[in-house]
Amino acid sequence: MNIAVIIPLVVFLVIIFGVGFLASRSLTKSDQDFMQDYFLGGRQLGGFILAMTMIATYGSASSFIGGPGVAYNEGFGWVLLAMAQVASGYFVLMILGKKFAIMARRYNAVTLTDYLKGRYQSKWVVLIAAFSIIIFLFSAMAAQWVGGARLIESLTGLNYTSALFIFALSVLIYVVIGGFKAVALTDMIQGVVMVGGTLILLIATIIAGGGITNIMADLTAENPSLITPFGAEDSLTPSYVSSFWILVGVAVVGLPQVTVRAMSYKSSRAMHRALIIGTFVVGFIMLNMHLIGVFARPILPGIEVGDTVIPLIALEVLPAWVAGVVLAAPMAAIMSTVDSLLLLVSSSVVKDIYVNYVKPDASYRRIKRMSFGVTAILGILVFLMALNPPDLLIWLNLFAFGGLEATFIWPVVMGLYWKTGNKYGALSSMVVGIGSYIIIDVFYTSLFGLHSVFFPVILSFIAYVTISLATKNLALNDYSEQQKMEGSL
Amino acid sequence: MPSQEDYRFKIANREALIGVGLAVINFVWWFAFAYGLGSRPPEEYSYILGLPSWFFYSCIGGFVLIAALVTFVVKVFFVEVPLEDEGRGDRS
Repeated sequence: MNIAVIIPLVVFLVIIFGVGFLASRSLTKSDQDFMQDYFLGGRQLGGFILAMTMIATYGSASSFIGGPGVAYNEGFGWVLLAMAQVASGYFVLMILGKKFAIMARRYNAVTLTDYLKGRYQSKWVVLIAAFSIIIFLFSAMAAQWVGGARLIESLTGLNYTSALFIFALSVLIYVVIGGFKAVALTDMIQGVVMVGGTLILLIATIIAGGGITNIMADLTAENPSLITPFGAEDSLTPSYVSSFWILVGVAVVGLPQVTVRAMSYKSSRAMHRALIIGTFVVGFIMLNMHLIGVFARPILPGIEVGDTVIPLIALEVLPAWVAGVVLAAPMAAIMSTVDSLLLLVSSSVVKDIYVNYVKPDASYRRIKRMSFGVTAILGILVFLMALNPPDLLIWLNLFAFGGLEATFIWPVVMGLYWKTGNKYGALSSMVVGIGSYIIIDVFYTSLFGLHSVFFPVILSFIAYVTISLATKNLALNDYSEQQKMEGSL
Repeated sequence: MPSQEDYRFKIANREALIGVGLAVINFVWWFAFAYGLGSRPPEEYSYILGLPSWFFYSCIGGFVLIAALVTFVVKVFFVEVPLEDEGRGDRS
């Protein structure tokens, strides 16, 4: 449709590929630590890369495509809600912090599941963890693919299926080849593009709307509720909006794609830098992308599919080639999220299940081939699922988020800071978390006006503590083992 | 193997508590300004830089405040420690 838009986007993708290939060449040099390198980048991430890779992973299709689309419809109330995500910029790294990094090294853990295996020494904890990662991250990934394809669709005018095909192909080639290091490096580039793109788009949108005061007047004239914290139909209650602090703010601690990054940094200096950079960047992007969504309303009234607000406003307010560069930002966000999710699911299959329980003596070559193969097969499966996508991109994504958080938050956090916590507690916490989340989400949608993740997080906490205390005597051996690992006997 | 509780874990515990404290401050600020100033009818809103004051203080002010606080606590209270275990590191 629009060559001037497509060219910068293609150039961007080519650069990303280039980096992936370079990273994969450094991968083949260090043979014996393939697993650590492929899945974790050899624990060598510096501060800037760490911050960017966390944001790029987390700031996904929902923050660049879905979120601004909802803000377009709901007004400032949704921007307020989105700001709960600022907490994720510092909370995860501060809570997991140095202890998680140290313990992950002691357990020789490469994935979140490895960590849980080291901490709880239980086959069932590992299997449930791997299982829930595969199921939930699969849905999260499908949501991202739909977002990526929609973006290409609205840019190029190709039909959805071809758009999805292009997207899938570019992601796959590159993850299969490069592994974590490639993903982390390109995350960094993508993070930089996201920040720049957001700023340019915001300024252009404000200018196109005739200044902020003008835009505010237009919004108030259309519907005064748009500028209140309560949403266009006054339906966003304080308790509902506040419960998003759990979903997208603090409980992010339990997301496997985020925790894996909290074990991959090089030094505590890197972590300190990442804390500062991460907080600034995540706040900047969330605030401005959602503001763009709201500001787009008077400029382009009557957009029906929320997911298309950002591509359309960019094409409207920017010269074509700049729009191409700016739209590389959401493209970057989506690609990097997909990359790391894909890698996580495949590491769950290969490492957590295959190497742990199917064939512990698998040769290095075999593991390597398995890793590439499983990653590719998973990609194809997601492609098939995304061919016929459900309409609600954000719902799918947030459903997966909530499910993972309810599963993992307490086994991870309490496992780190509470010595009495044991495998029975972890197991029941995971089962209660997943179970209650699915029941509440499917049957009630929101209980007492709170987001459906709220109660499962509380229930799984109660389960963890009570069962751990009740089985304290059963797990005395595990307890002293744990004390030894922590070096306090 | 160290016989005392690893000194690094004390540091880690304190930093985790700081994280919780920051999140509480962040939430209270965000909530108080948003619903404190934003619950009036929209006609009575005042504006700062063209934006409704509840939004300006809660979201923009809150973000700037918390970013400054994070920078401050990291620079002042966070301690650099080695992450590898000496003598038993998994790989050097």
